[in-house]
Amino acid sequence: MDLNSIVALLAVAIVAGTPLLFAAVGEVMAERSGILNLGVEGMMLVGAVTGFIVTVTTENHWLGILAAAAGGAVLAAIHAFICITLKGNQVVSGLALTIFGTGTASFLGKNYVGLPLTNRFNPIDIPVLGDIPVLGPILFRHDAMVYLSIVLALALWYIMFRTSWGLSIRAVGENPAAADAVGISVSRVRYLAVIVGGMMAGLGGAYLSLAYAPTWQESITAGRGWIAVALVIFALWNPLRAILGSYLFGGVEALTFRIQTAGFQISPFFLSMLPYLFTILVLVIVTIRLRQEAGVPAALGFPYDREER
Amino acid sequence: MKRLRLVRRNNESWLVKVAVPILSILLAILVGWIFLVLSGYDAAETYRRMIQGAFGSPYAISETIVKAIPLALTGLAVSVAFRMKLWNIGAEGQLYMGAFAAAGVVMFLGDWPSWLLLSVMLAAGFAAGAIWGLIPGALRAFWNVNETITTLLLNYVAIFWVSYLVFGPWKDPNAMGFPLAPRFPQAAYLPVIPGSRVHIGILVAVAVAVLLYIVMKYTRWGYEVRVTGESPEAARYAGMNVVRNILLVMLVSGGIAGMTGMIEVSGITHRLQQDISASYGYTGIIIAWLARLNPFTVLLVAFLFGALLVGGFGVQTYGIPYAIVLMLQGAVLFFLLAGDIMLKYRLTITRED
Repeated sequence: MDLNSIVALLAVAIVAGTPLLFAAVGEVMAERSGILNLGVEGMMLVGAVTGFIVTVTTENHWLGILAAAAGGAVLAAIHAFICITLKGNQVVSGLALTIFGTGTASFLGKNYVGLPLTNRFNPIDIPVLGDIPVLGPILFRHDAMVYLSIVLALALWYIMFRTSWGLSIRAVGENPAAADAVGISVSRVRYLAVIVGGMMAGLGGAYLSLAYAPTWQESITAGRGWIAVALVIFALWNPLRAILGSYLFGGVEALTFRIQTAGFQISPFFLSMLPYLFTILVLVIVTIRLRQEAGVPAALGFPYDREER
Repeated sequence: MKRLRLVRRNNESWLVKVAVPILSILLAILVGWIFLVLSGYDAAETYRRMIQGAFGSPYAISETIVKAIPLALTGLAVSVAFRMKLWNIGAEGQLYMGAFAAAGVVMFLGDWPSWLLLSVMLAAGFAAGAIWGLIPGALRAFWNVNETITTLLLNYVAIFWVSYLVFGPWKDPNAMGFPLAPRFPQAAYLPVIPGSRVHIGILVAVAVAVLLYIVMKYTRWGYEVRVTGESPEAARYAGMNVVRNILLVMLVSGGIAGMTGMIEVSGITHRLQQDISASYGYTGIIIAWLARLNPFTVLLVAFLFGALLVGGFGVQTYGIPYAIVLMLQGAVLFFLLAGDIMLKYRLTITRED
C-alpha cells in the first residue's frame, strides 16, 4: 500500500469511528454513574431517524442533530425511569429499549426510506491545516460532526474527571450510599448521566443518516450500538481512550472497504463479519488483562435503595 | 399531610406476579393505540384486523401456532440461561447455526430414511447451536468476558455465515438467481397436520418445556442453576462448580435455540435461506421474561406472541408498518419491568404530621 492509500484509509477510519465515538462516550457517562444501558442500538436508530426526518422537512441539518439528541434523550429517559426510580432490571430494560427503539425508528421512518438528502454534513477543507501534507487529509478535511464528536468527548472527559460535578457522577457509580450520605442526590445525578448518554447515542445515529450514509434505512446502525457498548469496556470507562478505540474500530471498518475495492477474492460476507469478530477479540483481550478492576464502576448495574444500605 | 410511599414487602405477592404481566400487555396495547392514532391510523380497525388475522379462521389459528413454535423454543432456550442470570441474547445466531447444520446434514445424508434423517438433523441442529452458545459461555466461564455483548455480536456472524452459504457455495442453481439453498427431499420434511403448516415441532416445544420443568424443579443441577442465579456467592460458598454450570447452561440454551433453527428449515422453509427467523431469538427474550421463566407459561405467552406476529403481518396490507409489532413488544417489556417494582414494594399512604 502506498502512502496515499494509507492516508485515505486513516481518513475513512476517523469517519467510520465517529458514530461509535458519540455513542461510546455517552455510554461511558451513563455507566460511570452506575447505570448500564444496553439500549444504545435503539437510541442510535431513533436518533438517526428523527435527525433525518427533521433535516428533510426543515432543510436544516443543525436542527436535525438537535432532534436526534432529543430523540435519544427521550428513549434514555424511559430507561432511567425504569432503572432509577423503579429499580428495574437494567439488562432487560436496555434490551427492551433496543427492541422498542428499532420498532419506533422504522415506524417513524416508513415514508423516508432511501430519500436523498439535500442538506447533509459535507466535509470542510479547513484552510492552512487542511493543506498540511499527510496530516491535513487525515485530520482536517472532515465534516463538522467529526469535530463536534471530538469536542464533546473532550468536554465530557473534562467534566467527568476535572469538575466537582464529575466527581458526583463517579461517586454515585462507585459508592452510591457514600455519595448519598454526603448529600448528593443519587437519582438526579444518574438521570442526568443516562439522559446525556442518550443524547450522545442519538447524535451517533444522526451521524450515520446525515453524514455517513447519508440517507435513512432501517438497519442503518447494523450493530454499531453494541460495538459501542463493547468499546466502553475497551476504553476502561474513559472518554479519551474511547476516542482512540473508536478510530481503531473505525479502522477495521475502513479496512474492509479497502479490501473489497482492492479486488481481493474474499467473500463480502466474511469481510462483513470482521468488525464483530474484531470486537469480540478485543473484548476478550481487554477483559483478561483488566481482571475486573481498573475503571469498572463498582455499583454498575445495581439499583440504589436507601433502605438497603 | 398524606404521602404515598413505597414500602418493602416481606414476601412476594402471587397476585402481583400474575396481574403485572396481564396489565403490561393491556397497557402496551394502549400505547400502540395512542401511537396509531397520532400517526393518523384507525387504531380500532387496526387491532380488529390484527385479531382477525391471528384468530379469525382455522387457518389463521394454525398460522399463529406455526409462529408460536419457534417463539416457544427460543423463549425456553433463553429462559434456561436467564435462570442463572446469564444474558444469552444470541438465540438468533444459535438458531441460524442450527439451521445451517441441519441443512448440511440433508446435503450429505439426504437419501437416509426419514425418521433417521430427521433425528440426525435435530441432533446436528442442537450441536451447532450448543457450540455457538458455548463460545461466549466459555469466554464468560473462564475469563469473565461479558456474555451479553459476545452472544449478541455472534448473531451477526452467524447470519452472515448463512448468507455466505446461500449466496455462494450452497446456492441452488435452479433457484433462478435467488439466494436459496437447494430444496430438501421430502424425507427431510417434518410431518405436518394435514391441511395446515402446523408441524410436529409443536411436540418438540412441549417436550422441551416439560423436560426443563422437571430438570429445574427436581434435579440437583436445576437446583444449582437456580441458586447460582439468585446468588453466585452462595453457590460458590456451597461448593457448587460455577464454571461447569455456566458451560452446561449455555450448551443447553444454545442447543435448544439450534434445534429451533432445524425445526424451521425442516418444518417451514424446507431449505436453507436468509430469512429463516422473524427475529425469533430476540422475541424469545421478551417471552421468557413475561412468562417469568416458567416453561409452561412460556408456551402460553409464545402463543400470544405468535398471534401478534401473524396479526402484524396481516395489517401490513392495511398500510400499517410491521414495526408496530416491535414497538408493542418493547412496550410490554417496559411495563413489565416497571410493574415488577410492586413485587418488592407495596404502595401505602402514610400520614405525616
